[in-house]
Amino acid sequence: MKQLLAFIRKEFYHVFRDKKTLLILFGLPVVQIILFGFALSSEVKNIGITILDNAHDNNTEQIVNRIKTSSYFILKDPVMNYRDIEERFKEGSIKCAVIFPNDFGGELSHFGKVQIQIIADGSDPNTATILVSYLTSIISNYQQQIKPAQQLSYQIIPQVKMLYNVEQNGSLNFIPGVIALIFMIVCTALTSVSIVREKELGTMEVLLVSPLKPIRVLIAKAIPYLVLSIINFVIILALSSYLLNVHIKGSLLLIFFESIIFIITCLSLGLLISNVTSSQQTAMLISMMGMMLPTILFTGFMFPIENMPWIFQAISHIIPSSYYYIIIKAVMLKGLGFSFIWKETLILTGMAVLLLIIALKNFKIRLS
Amino acid sequence: MPAVSLKNIFKTYNKGKVKAVNDVSFDVEQGELFGLIGPDGAGKTSIFRILTTVLLPDKGQATVGGLDTAKDYQAIRNKVGYMPGKFSLYQDLTVAENLSFFATIFKTTIEENYNLIKDIYEQIKPFSNRPAGKLSGGMKQKLALCCALIHKPEVLFLDEPTTGVDVISRKEFWEMLKRLKEQRISILVSTPYMDEASLCDRIALIQNGNIMSLDAPQNIIDNFPTQLYAAKSKDIYRLLKDLRSNPAVETCYAFGEFLHLTLKEDQDGINTLNKLAAQYLAEDFESKLIKPSIEDSFIRLMQEKEKSGAD
Amino acid sequence: MELINIMDNKAIICNNLTKKFGAFKAVDQITFDVNQGEIFGFLGANGAGKTTAMRMLCGLSYPSSGKATVAGYDVYRQQGKIKKCIGYMSQKFSLYENLTVLENIEFYGGVYGLSRSEIRTRGEEMVSKLGLTNEAKKLVGELPLGWKQKLAFSVAILHRPKIVFLDEPTGGVDPLTRRQFWDLIYEAAANGITVFVTTHYMDEAEYCNRISVMVDGRIEALDSPANLRKNFNTHSMDEVFYQLARRAQRTGD
Repeated sequence: MKQLLAFIRKEFYHVFRDKKTLLILFGLPVVQIILFGFALSSEVKNIGITILDNAHDNNTEQIVNRIKTSSYFILKDPVMNYRDIEERFKEGSIKCAVIFPNDFGGELSHFGKVQIQIIADGSDPNTATILVSYLTSIISNYQQQIKPAQQLSYQIIPQVKMLYNVEQNGSLNFIPGVIALIFMIVCTALTSVSIVREKELGTMEVLLVSPLKPIRVLIAKAIPYLVLSIINFVIILALSSYLLNVHIKGSLLLIFFESIIFIITCLSLGLLISNVTSSQQTAMLISMMGMMLPTILFTGFMFPIENMPWIFQAISHIIPSSYYYIIIKAVMLKGLGFSFIWKETLILTGMAVLLLIIALKNFKIRLS
Repeated sequence: MPAVSLKNIFKTYNKGKVKAVNDVSFDVEQGELFGLIGPDGAGKTSIFRILTTVLLPDKGQATVGGLDTAKDYQAIRNKVGYMPGKFSLYQDLTVAENLSFFATIFKTTIEENYNLIKDIYEQIKPFSNRPAGKLSGGMKQKLALCCALIHKPEVLFLDEPTTGVDVISRKEFWEMLKRLKEQRISILVSTPYMDEASLCDRIALIQNGNIMSLDAPQNIIDNFPTQLYAAKSKDIYRLLKDLRSNPAVETCYAFGEFLHLTLKEDQDGINTLNKLAAQYLAEDFESKLIKPSIEDSFIRLMQEKEKSGAD
Repeated sequence: MELINIMDNKAIICNNLTKKFGAFKAVDQITFDVNQGEIFGFLGANGAGKTTAMRMLCGLSYPSSGKATVAGYDVYRQQGKIKKCIGYMSQKFSLYENLTVLENIEFYGGVYGLSRSEIRTRGEEMVSKLGLTNEAKKLVGELPLGWKQKLAFSVAILHRPKIVFLDEPTGGVDPLTRRQFWDLIYEAAANGITVFVTTHYMDEAEYCNRISVMVDGRIEALDSPANLRKNFNTHSMDEVFYQLARRAQRTGD
C-alpha cells in the first residue's frame, strides 16, 4: 500500500512539472467545451437567400417578410430573372433562392394550391437539406395562417432543386475537406517531423557542417512529400469519381494548379514548424493541434462558418485551407472557372509565398 | 598560422546558470593530433560545436584555418570533417549508401580520396550492404570516420569517437588516427579516456569549462609537483582508510591494483611509507615510487582547484 | 575484508545459466558464484551477454535453462522475493530528473516499503554524507553528473539490500568522482552488501575481489585480478582483457 502511495505521489509530481501534460489535461477540455458548446454547431443561421418574385402580391410579400425576419436567413437584394440567380450562386453570395410564379395569389385563391420553386446549393448537401426544411416550415406556417374557415386548406407546394447536386449525393461536401486534410497531414506534419528527426538523431549537425547549402536541405526534404501528395491527390480524385460518383465538373488543370499552390503552403508550414521545435513529438503535436484541428473545425466543411462567433470567423479567414476549400468546391463541384475564384487564389498564393519566405529565412543554420 | 585557434571563448546555457565554456584559449598547430581530455559536462562538445560553426559563443573569437567561425562559417564548413558525439549517420541506409551520400554532399566521389580512407574502409567493406544501424559500435565509428574524411578535410573534429566502443576497436581507432596524421590533416579529438591522452601530440585537460593544463602529455606528467607513490596490501580498503587518516599523507586514492599517494612536504619518501606500513600492520605491504600518469595529473589538478576554491 | 565462504550463504549461485533468443545464445551456460560481501566485477565487451545475464539475476527475465539463486531465492520461481532484497543502478537511468533529491529518496523508500521515519533518518544521513544538504531540494536534473551518480548509488542501497547490481555506473564521470564513487562501494561492501558491478574501466576491475570476463556469452575467465594478471603474464588488466577480447567472434551487433 505504501508502495502504491509513493508511486502515485511521484506521478503527480511528474504531471505538474511537465507543461505539455498540463496543457493537454486542462487546456484541451476547456478549449473543447468552448468550441463545441459555443462556436460550433451544425445549426444553420445567417444564410444568404434571394427571392425572384414574379407575383408581387400580398401573399408573396408576407412570405418574404417572414423569411426576412427569421434568424436563419439574411435576405439579399431580390433578383429580376433566373440567370441572376445562377450568377448569385456562382458568386457564393447566396445558398438558396425562392421563386414565386406570376399569379401566386390568384392561383392560390382559385385553385387552392400553387407551386413555388426552392433552389438550394447542393454542393453542401447537409446544409442544403436543412435550408430546404426551414423554408418549407416557414411556408407551411404561413399556409396554416391563411387557411380560410372552410375544410380545405391551402397548399403551397415547394419544388426543390438542388443545384450542383442533382443526384443528392451526400458525400459531396466532405471530399474537398478530406483533400485539404490529407495535404495538411502529408505535407505539414510529415515534412516537419522528417526535418526534426534529423535534428534529434544528430545527422542535421553533420549536414550543417558540410558544403550543402541549408536551403537545399529544406527543398530536398519538401520535394518527396510534394510528389507523394500529388499522387495521393490523383488517387483521391479517382476514388471519389469511381467509388463515390463524385465527378469533377470543372477544369482538371485548374484544380491541379490550385492544389499545387495549397501544397506549397502546407509544405512551408511544415518547414516553419520544424524550425521552431526540436523534438519529433512536439512537431507532431503542433502539426495536429495547430494545423489539422483548425482545418477540420474552421474551414467550413463540417460546421458552417456563418454560424460562428466573429472570432472564429476571423480564424477561418487566416487559415489557408478555408480558401482552398472554397476554391475546390467551386471548381470541382460547381464547375466554375477561374473568374469566380481569382480572389481566393490570390490570397492563397500570397499566403504560400509569404510562408515560404518566412520558413526559408528562419531556417537555423546553427544549433541554438 | 594555427589550424585552429580559440581566444577567450565563453559559453553559458540556461540564462547563464550553466557555465559550459569558461574563458578558454588555445591553438592547434597544423598537422597536430590534439586531445581535449575531460569527463562529461566538461565543455568538450560545446567547444567542438563552436569550432565547427554550429554554435555561437557568448564571447570570444575562434578561427579554423584562419577563417572566423562566426563570420566565415560557410567557408569553414566546406573544408572540415566532423564526427559529432552521437552516432550521426543514417541508420536505415547501408554502409555504401551512407558513404556515397556524404561524398556527394561534399562534392566529391568515393574514388577521389579513396587512398585516404582505404585502410579504414577495407575493414567495413564486407558489410557494405548492411544498414548502418545494424553495425557494432566499433564498425559504426569506422564508418563515421570514413564519411568525415571522404572529402580530404583540412581539419578533422572528432567528438568522443571512442565512447561506448569496445577496447579493441578503441585501440584500432587510435592507430588509424596516427596514420592520418601522416597525411598532414590536423586532428582535434575529445575523449573522457585518460589513457588515450598519451597518444596525442598535445592535450588540454578540461573540467567544468576550464582548461586546467595544456601541454604535451609527457610534459604534463613531468610537471607533476611532487613525488607519487604506489602502495598496496592485502586489505586494500583498510589501508586506504588508514593512510588517509594519517597526517603525513597529503592525498591518497585508489588506482586499480595499487593506491596512489603523495606525502606532505617534510616527509622522507619510502622510509615514511615503510614506517606507516608497520604502524598499520599492513599485511603483504608493498610500496614504490612511480611515474604519474595523465589520470594522476588530472586528479591532482582537480584537487588543487577544489582546494583553491575552498580557500 | 571478511568473506563468508559457506555454500549455503552465497550471495549468488549460477549453474549453467543460459538465455536463448531463438537460435541465438545470448548467455551460454555460465557457472559461477559470488560470496556475501564480495565486490564482484562482471566484465565483457558490448554484446558479450553481460546485460542479459544481469537481467536474469535481477529477476527481470526468465532463463532458458540452467539454475541460479540470488540471495538464496530461485530466479525462476521467486523473482518477487529477489527484487525485494536487491538494489539496482545503471548509467542510463537512476533517478528521476524532474524530482528533487528528497522526493527521489521518498519515492524509492516508499517503493521498497521503508517506514516514514526510516526514510527520513536514512535520507538525512545520506544527504549529509554526500555533502548535498544545500541541494536537497533541487531537482536532480540540475546536479552535475558526478553527484547524480553518487546519489543514485546511495539511493540504490537505501533499503539495505543484500546485493546491489551496478550496470556501468561510472561512465563519463571525472576520475576524482569515480574514485569517490568507489569509496562508497567499498564502504557498502564493508557493511556486508554484496556488490555486483559491470564496468569497462579496466582499473576499476582491480578494485574487485574477483572478476569474470564474458566473451560471446560464455565466461572465459574467473579469478582475482592478481591471479589473472599472473596467468596472462602481464601487469595490467587491460592486457588481460585485450587478449581475451581478441578471441571474441561476436562484435556487439
